[in-house]
Amino acid sequence: MSKKITIEPVTRVEGHGKVTIYMDEEAQVKESRLHIVEFRGFERFVQGRPYWEAPVLVQRLCGICPVSHHIAASKALDVIVGAGTGDGLTAVGEKMRRLMHYGQFFQSHVLHFFHLSSPDFLFGIDGDPALRNIVGVAQENRDLAVQGVMMRKFGQEVIRLTAGKKIHGTGAVPGGINKNLSIAERDELLKGPDPLNADKMVDWSLGALDFFKHYHKNNQAMVDNFADFPSNHLSIVRKDGALDIYNGVLRAVDAEGKRILDDVDCQDYNHYIEEEVRNWSYMKFPYLKHLGKEKGWYRVGPLARLNTCDFIPTPLAQKAFEEYKAYTHGKPDNMTLHYHWARLIEVLYAAESIRELLHDSDLQNEDLVVKGTKQHEGVGVIEAPRGTLFHHYKIDDNDLITMANLIVSTTNNNEPMNRAVNSTAKAFMNGQKDITEPMMNAVEVAIRAYDPCLSCATHALGQMPLEMTLVDAQNQILSHKMKS
Amino acid sequence: MNQQVKIRIDGQEIITERGKTIVEAARENGVFIPTLCNMPGVKPKGACRICTIKINHRMMTSCTTPVADGMDIENNTDELNDIRKSIIELLFVSGNHFCPACEKSGNCELQALAYRFKMMVPRYPYDFPRKEVDSSSPKIIKEQNRCIACQRCMKTIVDEDGRHFFAYEDRGKDLRVVLDPILGKEITDELAKKAMENCPVGSIIYKELGFHEPIGTRKYDKEPIGSKIES
Repeated sequence: MSKKITIEPVTRVEGHGKVTIYMDEEAQVKESRLHIVEFRGFERFVQGRPYWEAPVLVQRLCGICPVSHHIAASKALDVIVGAGTGDGLTAVGEKMRRLMHYGQFFQSHVLHFFHLSSPDFLFGIDGDPALRNIVGVAQENRDLAVQGVMMRKFGQEVIRLTAGKKIHGTGAVPGGINKNLSIAERDELLKGPDPLNADKMVDWSLGALDFFKHYHKNNQAMVDNFADFPSNHLSIVRKDGALDIYNGVLRAVDAEGKRILDDVDCQDYNHYIEEEVRNWSYMKFPYLKHLGKEKGWYRVGPLARLNTCDFIPTPLAQKAFEEYKAYTHGKPDNMTLHYHWARLIEVLYAAESIRELLHDSDLQNEDLVVKGTKQHEGVGVIEAPRGTLFHHYKIDDNDLITMANLIVSTTNNNEPMNRAVNSTAKAFMNGQKDITEPMMNAVEVAIRAYDPCLSCATHALGQMPLEMTLVDAQNQILSHKMKS
Repeated sequence: MNQQVKIRIDGQEIITERGKTIVEAARENGVFIPTLCNMPGVKPKGACRICTIKINHRMMTSCTTPVADGMDIENNTDELNDIRKSIIELLFVSGNHFCPACEKSGNCELQALAYRFKMMVPRYPYDFPRKEVDSSSPKIIKEQNRCIACQRCMKTIVDEDGRHFFAYEDRGKDLRVVLDPILGKEITDELAKKAMENCPVGSIIYKELGFHEPIGTRKYDKEPIGSKIES
């Protein structure tokens, strides 16, 4: 008899998710769906607002990576105020934004690894749920938990000093920024008392990477084979192919590393990317137009970025990148749990970039904003922690927004997340009649690898509980479980 | 006639001059009475009622009432502060005041008073009215969602020829302060900036300036409302 399994709520990710697994007559997994059931509609209610409000308004989509939305919107509005398409700001304008963005990247990745994912590594997928959380981590490995908390705090301090607040600041404005970094503020980050200084953050980032590599060594088969599948990968890269999370051109590679999109100006994104709507989810399904819906879907985020870029422009992260690339013999890495590995290399990249920037005296310059000839349309694309983030606005002659399109990182990962759930369901649920705790956990681990922010993707509020339902071929619910 | 008068505010004896309003006398003597529609230099009208005090046990607006010898005034009492808080709450629920995305945040008198009176969730249901955003002027936006009809712009934004740029339109619940559509197109930079500055909320916005003041340097980031008077 065929079945439908629903996992709800999905925990330790941002937002609210529901998984339904459809079984066929032979009790084999036929299809799995990750439903996103909330809706907020930021694209609609930003319409009619003055354009300069957008970076402050749309960042309210999220409390974890508001800086990403803040900067992506500001970049789109840079185009509108005539400040160029990414490289037209003053040195202090671009570098302060980069610093803010690296701080955001650092804290968000750290939050994901230490607070959300490390419990899986320490206690295993089928570990005691009472322990498998950050409190359990603190009891089991105090140093690891303290590092996680302090690293996140450092990232938040970087944001506070660049945006004015740790969450939902106002640092970036169309055409630049509203403050520079004073010497005292710089020294707070550069020479702060241990552990809250840039040097320690680089050290601890190396430690976190070692922690994962050690785990990988001892659990190689599981890490490499868990929910892995070939896919395309998309991100922005610097013109010369370097990893760049603030500015660049769009590049996509296929599962074998062949470039299927290269050197594409972000302003032209909608010539290359289309979004499909499916009637069972509020989250759209983006794909590369020229490859179509079936073959054009792609992954974004840490794994994709390290698959598309040629090198990392900071020395320690570059060394880690070379080791990482050697593991797949230079080919794209399609192993889902390697997202964690890639994410930790990016943590190191962010820490090194913060340290390097803090030594740059341009941060103390006074020429904060540039403006040129007004345009009526602009696109801003950055690499948010969870992947490529597109913001696109149009304004009227009276400076009010008439159109907004946001393709959020997690939305880009919609199809891969569904595939990861399906792959996990097949591994754990074929032939099963009921939902067990390890089954639900496995599905969650697969989703969590993408660090999805479902509240961003659908613009929904709240935690992400997981609901799971098992449905048979006659569409009858056979089993239903909820976690919160 | 003796120009000096003696009044008491919350038991504190104040010697002031005849002709001053209670708000002025209080302000000059380190006593904060909240105001919104009142502005130094502008004839008071008592429109917002937030400066309500009790004189000899009777409620009055302190911005319109001149001092008189022997007045015994209640100001900072639980009863009056709750009335003031309720007025602030009414203003919030009758408009669409979304402080997180408002560029007047940190410089907004209504927001500052809400903090001062510890407004959390208003006791009244939100109206969520449909209001317009008039962006037809090249210099300013008249954001009706945030207007509290205090009239400060109507009284103070006047050009050399005596032309008023803001006026009432409609009546009753539809009453709103609007920018003259013709004069709005001619408004100078100086007057446009003054209009934004004089607006106690975020209803008049000087275009394309948004969020230029970093958090931490805005008026009420540095000094909560009233703290300067009380210091």
